[in-house]
Amino acid sequence: MRLLIGFLFAFAVAAAFGLGLTQFALTRGTAFGAITIGAWTAWPKTGTSDIDPYARAAIARSGELPIGSGDGVAFFASSDDAGRALDGRCMVTIAGTTPAARFWTITLYDLDGRLIPNAADRYGFTSQEIARRADGTFEILVAPRARPGNWLPTGGIDRYVVVLRLYDTPVGVATRTAKDAPMPAVAAAGCT
Amino acid sequence: MIRWLLWLLGGLLLGGIVHLATVLLLPRTATQDAYTRLSATSPANNIMPLPAPTPDDAVLPFMDPAFATAVCRYDLAAGPLKLRVPVSQAYTSVSFYARSGIAFYAINDRAAGRRIIELDLMTPEQRAQIPDDEEITAADRLIVESPTPTGLILVRTFGPEPGLMPMARRALAAAQCGTQS
Repeated sequence: MRLLIGFLFAFAVAAAFGLGLTQFALTRGTAFGAITIGAWTAWPKTGTSDIDPYARAAIARSGELPIGSGDGVAFFASSDDAGRALDGRCMVTIAGTTPAARFWTITLYDLDGRLIPNAADRYGFTSQEIARRADGTFEILVAPRARPGNWLPTGGIDRYVVVLRLYDTPVGVATRTAKDAPMPAVAAAGCT
Repeated sequence: MIRWLLWLLGGLLLGGIVHLATVLLLPRTATQDAYTRLSATSPANNIMPLPAPTPDDAVLPFMDPAFATAVCRYDLAAGPLKLRVPVSQAYTSVSFYARSGIAFYAINDRAAGRRIIELDLMTPEQRAQIPDDEEITAADRLIVESPTPTGLILVRTFGPEPGLMPMARRALAAAQCGTQS
């Protein structure tokens, strides 16, 4: 009887621990092959045949098709440079320059990868349509209410992800530091 | 007390195995992966434009709204596949995904280096059957080997601004995908 209870206990621990770990790993993302520059993280190997088993399981679960490495690379940011989670009720600025690429796009998603509804039907910018300063740098204002300049509406959602995709770019598996890939700064600019 | 700690330790070890097994098996059992989602709407070996993603409705998560996308769900059982994509003015890319969503090959208009991206997709077995001399005459044809007999091809054209999206969609309409006859 004690043996049976022991087995049941061990199996319960195994199921809870094993499945919990899987759930955690697939929803939080793993560090395998990740490039982190400031607030931005990319997994360039996910767009190749060298994809790791965790990323394979994650894309099978979400239904996402990762961007192929011959096409481009995607950088994700869900917090600002100080590590605070991005809050759609506050204003966040994304400013500076981007790594070398033929062009780029920046898009806001909710945590499940859906576009964020807003009255302006504005979900992102491309490098071609963004307004720049005289020195070529830019500033994007991510905020719930309309702002002058490059305004990306959050629709007042509490958590969101910014995805910066570089197309036809040398940035990839070999990239290590911000010197190879200068990413724009992500800074909280107060809540209204 | 010691006995319970040992059971706990055994449980944790077993849990580690459960974790690894679920991670490795999950891609085989997924019912919501990209291939399954697209099977409902896109016939095999035919190219179909995907509707632009909106907040209420997107075929796949994390689609880039600045692109017009078409998908060709392929099944190489009937023979190799021919893909012909005239490039758009802005940017065109072709990405190949195996059945489980692995991006095994991607090429853009600049890497292809011409006005029309022409590719032959086949299994390694089908490639082995091509006579050698034919391979030489077809040297300017790009041959891509698919690791799985089924999968997805994504053809994407860039719309630099919302006003140029109709142009991107028109460029996409000229793409062809089908089995060789």
